[in-house]
Amino acid sequence: MISGHEIRDAVARRERSAVEVAQQALQAIDRLEPRLRAYISLLPERALSQARSVDARSRAGQDAGLLAGVPVAIKDLFCTKGDRTTCGSKILQDFRPPYSATVVERLEAAGAVVVGKTNMDEFAMGSSCENSAFFPTRNPWDEGRVPGGSSGGSASTVGAGCVPLAMGTDTGGSIREPASFCNVVGVKPTYGRVSRYGMIAFASSLDQAGPLSRDVRDAADALEVIAGFDPMDSTSVDVPVPRYADHLLEDLTGVRVGLVDDFDETIAADSGMTSLYQTAYRNIEALGATLVHVRLPHAKYGLATYYLIAPAECSSNLARYDGTRYGLRVDGGDDVYSMFERTRAEGFGPEVKRRIVLGTYALCSGYYDAYYVRAQKVRTLMKADFDLAFASCDVIACPAVSCPPFELGAKSQDPVAMYLMDYFTIPMSLAGIPAMSVPAGYVNGLPVGLQLVSPAFEEARMLGVAHAYEKATGHARRRAPQLSAR
Amino acid sequence: MIDSAREQGLETEAVIGLEVHVELSTHSKMFCGCRNQFGAPPNSQVCPVCLGLPGALPVINGRAVEYLCKTGFALGCTVSPYSKFDRKNYFYPDMPKNYQISQYDMPLTTGGSVTLVSGRKVRLNRIHLEEDTGKNTHAGAAISRSEYTLIDYNRAGVPLMEIVSEPDIGSPQEAEQYLSELKGILSHIGVSDVKMHEGSLRCDANVSIRPVGTQRLGVKAEVKNMNSFRSVVRALSFEIERMRECTRVGQPIVQETRGWDESRGVTHSMRSKEQAHDYRYFPDPDLVPLSIDAALLERWRLELPELPDSKRARFAAEYGLSAYDAGVLTQEAGDAAFFEAVAKASGDAKQAANWLMGDVRKCLQLHGLTLSSSPMKPAHLAALIAMVKSGAIGGKAAKEVCDELVMHGRDPQDVVGERGLAQTSDASAVAVIVDAVVARNPESVTAYRGGKLKALDFLIGQAMRESRGKANVDVVRSRLQELLD
Repeated sequence: MISGHEIRDAVARRERSAVEVAQQALQAIDRLEPRLRAYISLLPERALSQARSVDARSRAGQDAGLLAGVPVAIKDLFCTKGDRTTCGSKILQDFRPPYSATVVERLEAAGAVVVGKTNMDEFAMGSSCENSAFFPTRNPWDEGRVPGGSSGGSASTVGAGCVPLAMGTDTGGSIREPASFCNVVGVKPTYGRVSRYGMIAFASSLDQAGPLSRDVRDAADALEVIAGFDPMDSTSVDVPVPRYADHLLEDLTGVRVGLVDDFDETIAADSGMTSLYQTAYRNIEALGATLVHVRLPHAKYGLATYYLIAPAECSSNLARYDGTRYGLRVDGGDDVYSMFERTRAEGFGPEVKRRIVLGTYALCSGYYDAYYVRAQKVRTLMKADFDLAFASCDVIACPAVSCPPFELGAKSQDPVAMYLMDYFTIPMSLAGIPAMSVPAGYVNGLPVGLQLVSPAFEEARMLGVAHAYEKATGHARRRAPQLSAR
Repeated sequence: MIDSAREQGLETEAVIGLEVHVELSTHSKMFCGCRNQFGAPPNSQVCPVCLGLPGALPVINGRAVEYLCKTGFALGCTVSPYSKFDRKNYFYPDMPKNYQISQYDMPLTTGGSVTLVSGRKVRLNRIHLEEDTGKNTHAGAAISRSEYTLIDYNRAGVPLMEIVSEPDIGSPQEAEQYLSELKGILSHIGVSDVKMHEGSLRCDANVSIRPVGTQRLGVKAEVKNMNSFRSVVRALSFEIERMRECTRVGQPIVQETRGWDESRGVTHSMRSKEQAHDYRYFPDPDLVPLSIDAALLERWRLELPELPDSKRARFAAEYGLSAYDAGVLTQEAGDAAFFEAVAKASGDAKQAANWLMGDVRKCLQLHGLTLSSSPMKPAHLAALIAMVKSGAIGGKAAKEVCDELVMHGRDPQDVVGERGLAQTSDASAVAVIVDAVVARNPESVTAYRGGKLKALDFLIGQAMRESRGKANVDVVRSRLQELLD
C-alpha cells in the first residue's frame, strides 16, 4: 500500500484511477477483515460512486482535491448521511443519520473516498476496542492483541495497510493510544480546531476528531482538509488553517524539545519502554534539537480530573438515547419511563453504564462543587502548566503509552488498569492542546509510539518535528510482519 | 406561624410570585435555523439540532438574545454583558435531548420591576433564556389511561424567556394585572406574540399565605397548568382558599407542585418536595460563554420603542384622553398605533377614541376579531369620522359603514355610494320636505306651540321618513325650529 499523497498525485496525473484504488482498498479489507474485524460497516457503493466522481473531475481537468482518490476509513461515530452510524453501541445499531458530519463532508469535498465505518469502543469509552457492542478488533501486529481504543478499528485498518488514512476521535487518548499500538501516526488537534458537528458526543469539552495515517505527510494533508471554523459548531475556533505540509521539517536545528519531569515513572516501569523512549529523545537530539526539561506539576491529577469531567458530560450527552425518537426501543412496562429504563438497560454496555452512573453522581446537587467544579479548576491549572512549559520549549516529547499492545481480555476485568492506559495522553486533552503519536520503535516486537505536543493551534510544530523524526528513524515504514507473511 | 395565626384568629394574606414563560417571536429557533412558527403541520419544522439527533450541536440565536436584553431594558433590569447557558437534566419524552438548554446561575438579566395600575411595584428576580420543549398529545382523555402519546417537536427549541418575579403580588387580581401589564410591554417591544391561548405566554405561580403584618414567607405551593388570565385568577383564588382552609382545620401546608384542573376548578397535588427533580445543572460544553459588546447593548437599549406607561401619559396629554381610554388604547402596541394613525388622519382624537372603543370594538368582538386581525385601514376609519362630522352621512348609516370597514376593509366612500347612504344637508332641499310635513300636520304644530315639546320629535321623524333617512337630522331640526318657534 502506498501513501495517501502518492495516491493523490497519481490520480491527479491520471496515472491511476480513483475507482481502481478504491477497489484495491476494498479487496484488501475483504481479505483481512475475517482476521482483524476493523469495520462495523463497509460502504463499497458510497466509495465507488465517490471514486467515479473524483475520476470525472480529474478527467475534466478540475482540481480533484487534496485527498483525491485517497481511501479513508471513518470511525463509526461520524454521521454519514443515509449510512448506518452505530457509535459501537447496540442502542444505535440500526441508526441511519439524515445528515453527514462536517468532517465527512469536508473529506468527501476534498476527494477522499470513504470505504467504511470502523469499529470502536462503545461511545468511544475504552482503550482496547473490546467495549464495542459488536465484536473486538485485532491488532495487525499480533492478532491475539488489542489495537487500542477507542479508535481501534481505524488504527488497525491503517496499521494493516488496507487504507492509508482513517478518521478517529480523541477524548482522553483515543487516537494516540491506538496509533501507538498499531504503528501509525495519530493526531489529536487543538480543541476547537476541527468541527464536532455530526460527531456523536462522548465528552463535549474534550472530544476532538483527527487523522490516523501511514505517515506524517498524510496526517498533515488530512488535518488541513478537516480543520477550520464551522458555523454549526460554536466551539470551533476561527483561526486560519495553514498548509501543514509546508511545515514538515527535515532536521531539528534550533528546535527546543521539552522532556517532562513530572510523570510517574512507575506507570511505564517496563525497562524496554524506558529505553525505547530514551532512544527516541536521543534521536531527536541527534537531529539537531535542543532538549530541555519542563515541569507539568499537575499532570499527575489528570486521570482523576478526567474521570469526573468526561463521565459528567457523558451522563448528559447520552440521556437522549431513550428509545423515543430513534435507535433501539425496548417496549413493555407500564409507562414511558419503564420504556426508557428497559431501552437503556438493554442498549448500553457495562462501561457506558458505569460512566453514566459516575457522571450522574458527580453532577448531583451537593456534590457538584466538590467534584465537577473542582475538576474544572484543576483543568485550568493544567493549562497553566503547559503555558509555562511552552515558554521554554517549542514542542514537548513524552511517552504516548505505558506499554505495548496487550492481549485481548488482559485488562477487561479491571476498569482502573484500563483507565491508566490514558495516563500520558489525558493532560493534553484536559488542556485542549494538540498532541500526536508517531511510531517510535518496538518492545518485544510490538509497536510503541512517541507523543509530541504543541501549544494550542500550533499543530504545524509537532507535525514538523514528527516528520523529521519519522524520516530519520523509519519506524513508520516497517510493516506488520504477520500480515505481510501470509 | 400559621398555627399561631389560627390560635389568635389573625387574618392571613396571600403572597404570590409568578414565573412567566414567553416564547420569543424570532424568525428561527433558539439553537438552529428551523422556522419558529405556530400552527404548522406536526414535526414539519425540525432538523437534527432541535430533534437532538446524535452529533448535532446548538448555535445561539443572536436575535433571541437581543429580544431578551430589550425586554430587560424595558423592565428596568440589569442586563449582564456576560452570561452562559447550562443544561437542565431530566427525562421527559417531549425533550429531544433529555436536557433543556437554559441559564442557571448567570441569567442575562437580574432585577427590574413591573408597576401595576394600582401603583404597586412588583420586583423581578431575573429573566433568562432557554429552549422550549416539544408538545405531547395523549391519546384518550387522561394521560393515565392513554394508549399512546403523539409528540410534535415543532415547538422544541423555540426561544423561551422566563421572567421570574419576586413574591410581591398580593392577590389573584394583582396577578392578572401583572400579567396584563407584562403582556402590554412585551407587545410594545415586539418580542413576542404573547398569546396565552397559543401558549406563547405561559405562567406558573408560587403561592403561600402568612398572617397579615408578618414578613416571613409561608410554605409555598407551585401551581401549574393555567392557560388563560381567567384561569390564573381562578386557580390562585382556589389555592389561597385551600391554604386558608388547611390553616383553619389545623392541617399542615406542604411544599409541593400542584396542577390546576380547569374543568373541575381545583388544584391537585402533582409531586411533593421529596419527589422534586435534581436537575444536575452544569454549563453546556457545546456552547461558549456569551459575551455581549457594550456598544451593541447600548444600541439595543436605544432601539426600544415607547413603552405603555409613557404612551398612556402622552395619550392623555397630547390627545386629551381620559386615563381609562388611554389605558385601554395602549394595551396593545398595534392598537395604540392604529389609534394614533386615525387621530392624526381625522384630526379628531376624541372621535377616534370613541369609535375604536365603541362601535369598532363591538363589531370586532361580535365577529371574534381583533384590530390587528381586521382588514380595516386607519385612513378609512378617519374618512368615516370626517364624513360624520361634515354631515355627509348620518349616525345610523355610519354604524352600517363601520361594519363594512371592520369586516371587509372597504373604503367608506364606496360603501356610502353603493348603498345610497349619503345624507342631504342642503338647506333648500330639506326645507321643501320639512315645509310639506308641517303643512300636512297642523295638529302637531299646534301641540308643539302649546308646549308639547315631544311633538317636535314626531315632526322630525316624519321629515326623516319623507327623505327616506337621507336628510341631515340637524338641518331638519333647525328648519322646523325656524318655522315653529
